[in-house]
Amino acid sequence: MTTPNAGGQPVLETGGDDVISGPLYAPGKRLFPQAAHGTFRNIKWAILVLALGVYYGLPFLRWNRGPGEPNQAVLVDIVHRRFYFFFIEIWPQELYYVAGLLILAALILFLMNAVAGRIWCGYLCPQTVWTDLFYAVERLVEGDARRQHQREAEGWTFNNILHTGYKHAVWLIIAWWTGGAWVLYFADAPTLVHQLATFQAPMVAWFTIAILTVLTYILAGFMREQVCIYMCPWPRIQAALTDEDALNVTYRYDRGEPRMSLKTGLAARSHGQAAGDCVDCNQCVAVCPTGVDIRHGSQLGCVQCGLCIDACDAVMQKIHRPRGLIAYDNENNIKRRMAGLPAVYRMIRPRTILYAVAIVLIGAVMLTRLLTRPSDGITVAHDRNPLYVIDADGSVRNAYTVQIVNEQGQPRELEFAVSGLKGAKVQVIGVVGDGPDFPIQVDADNTRDLRVLITGPLKEPPHASIPVTFSVTDPLQKSEMMATDNFKTP
Amino acid sequence: MSIDNIPHADHDIDSFTGVSTTGHAWDGIKELNNPLPRWWLWTFYITIVWAIGYCFAYPSIPLINGATTGFLGWHSRSAVVQSLDALQASRGALMQKLAATPLDQIEKQPELLNFARAAGAAAFANNCAPCHGAGAQGSPGYPNLNANRWLWGGHLDQIYQTILHGVRSGDPKGHQGSMPDFGKAGILTKPQIEQVANYVRSLSGLKTETGIDVAAGGKIFATTCAPCHGKDAKGNTTIGSANLTTKVWLYGSSLQTIENGVTNGHGGVMPYWGGRLDPTTIKALAVFVHTLGGGQ
Repeated sequence: MTTPNAGGQPVLETGGDDVISGPLYAPGKRLFPQAAHGTFRNIKWAILVLALGVYYGLPFLRWNRGPGEPNQAVLVDIVHRRFYFFFIEIWPQELYYVAGLLILAALILFLMNAVAGRIWCGYLCPQTVWTDLFYAVERLVEGDARRQHQREAEGWTFNNILHTGYKHAVWLIIAWWTGGAWVLYFADAPTLVHQLATFQAPMVAWFTIAILTVLTYILAGFMREQVCIYMCPWPRIQAALTDEDALNVTYRYDRGEPRMSLKTGLAARSHGQAAGDCVDCNQCVAVCPTGVDIRHGSQLGCVQCGLCIDACDAVMQKIHRPRGLIAYDNENNIKRRMAGLPAVYRMIRPRTILYAVAIVLIGAVMLTRLLTRPSDGITVAHDRNPLYVIDADGSVRNAYTVQIVNEQGQPRELEFAVSGLKGAKVQVIGVVGDGPDFPIQVDADNTRDLRVLITGPLKEPPHASIPVTFSVTDPLQKSEMMATDNFKTP
Repeated sequence: MSIDNIPHADHDIDSFTGVSTTGHAWDGIKELNNPLPRWWLWTFYITIVWAIGYCFAYPSIPLINGATTGFLGWHSRSAVVQSLDALQASRGALMQKLAATPLDQIEKQPELLNFARAAGAAAFANNCAPCHGAGAQGSPGYPNLNANRWLWGGHLDQIYQTILHGVRSGDPKGHQGSMPDFGKAGILTKPQIEQVANYVRSLSGLKTETGIDVAAGGKIFATTCAPCHGKDAKGNTTIGSANLTTKVWLYGSSLQTIENGVTNGHGGVMPYWGGRLDPTTIKALAVFVHTLGGGQ
């Protein structure tokens, strides 16, 4: 695998039989990854439990918003067009917060990538988490990787059919539960659970659950690493986001090469010849959930889950060599060590500072906007057809639809007024009075549409567009919202 | 050339994949004889089974009169009725409230007013817009329903009656009466028509032609036109005679248009909608038209 270069230093040769450098068309090979044990496996278990716990449990968390409001902490109410997230309530016109969240999420991904590579892929991505869970079920039911290989060689014996059926049943239950938890975010969770249990849930819930069940079952049970290698765009994008200082799961070939068996290595060392720490035990490949050989260096197929670190550390411990032959490191440090220089870890560098500053800034802007946003609003839409009407006496009338928003949990008595056109007559359909102030009641957490007519005083110039201001005031809370539009004349 | 005649078709094994080829080659590119993917094949078989089941379950096989009915009893007509019923049910509460509320009370209830306007706007777009325009702005001969001049009255109940029975619509309760053809019938001569048309224009402050005896037109108006349009020319909504003193003109205000009207008369038709639209929809339409801005 390695050839000594001019200076006698080991050099990494990439390529070979791994997934990416194979033929363009290759039939899928089923992987039987071995179970790994160690620090990174424990981190992955912890994240798995936490992430799935949040996903399955969050819809049942209650949050009191007062009477008439849903008491579910996280709820996407599509029918009433509201998004509830703990103390935050988002209306459709405020959907830009979601856009802000997506920008923030992208920047956090970039930062994670700049610090330690594909943290998202290796630990947090749903594809990784559910595949991990499905692998765990597989090992629990069918036995470890060796036993699974045996079963494949045995073919369809009664025992194998039984165990395979058992495995698929558990997978389907998990998949069904995954789809089931998803729909709970879109309706009152306890009610929907009861409806599902008594077969009275709406059709759309069953459909959504069915689709997500099938997707989870196929993606986590069968497609697994193929999603990461062939379907997902992120591995390609991340290649553009990583740099020479980012820490990636790295085989330290400066220490590992030339690799040879434990015995040959001992013999070589005793003769004063160079021998690497890598004993070519293949454990790093055996545990890999995507079937790559990390010793070929950083590659597209590697999701950087760190399981090969655990596998290699266990071997190193057994053969009494220092741990960390595979570790979070980078090519720069390998080169430095080979040149006899100490390794350098540059966590704080312009790239990470830039990302962090952007995250803090955008987060601060969003938070400020969220905390100071008004709880009521007014929008005006001028009638488009006809733009103006000439009445019997020749006066010009314009009509508008005014929408008044009350985002508060109690009904409000507001005052509506129009200004800007002197001598104009203002009418609000369905509201008695000639103004200037019109009393408007708006229900709790609701909007009210008003049809407003403005009749000009017969003095306005022709072909004019006169700005008028529509305002809504809350005399109790001393708040005022305004919107402007134009009064058009023929 | 049949596939059997291709030399060595079964024996040509592609060295890279180990799969036999079909023997077809294009510029050295050979076609592998891979079997269809199993998932594809099974999907194909399932669709066949599905199609057979479908043929029995749904109307499918055409016969001389009609088609097989299918054991599910599905019918496109009954499906439409079902979705219409579902629509009515979804509107349910507010529609019933609208039907039960007296016409003059609807605009006092904000929720009902908005519902009636929305229902009215939809019905208007389907039934009224072809003549009155999408924004009810009208066009010559078709009244602008936004303006506050009404031939048959602009109160809510008057609008309701006009929609219900129509104008010269053939409905015995519909509005009757039309503008006679004074010129064609020989009642007025051409110079007289010119004079009276100028007089009518002067009523709303429009320019009159020079050299025309407008006062003579006024005299003709008093004897010939005033019986319907009134001495003050302000019209009469019970017989649908127009108020000639306003800035709103149904057919236009040019001298030629007015002369044409006096010569040939007017008698546009508005269909009756009672019996075609249900009373609740007509109520919603009346509210919609009344709240456009010109309602009295």
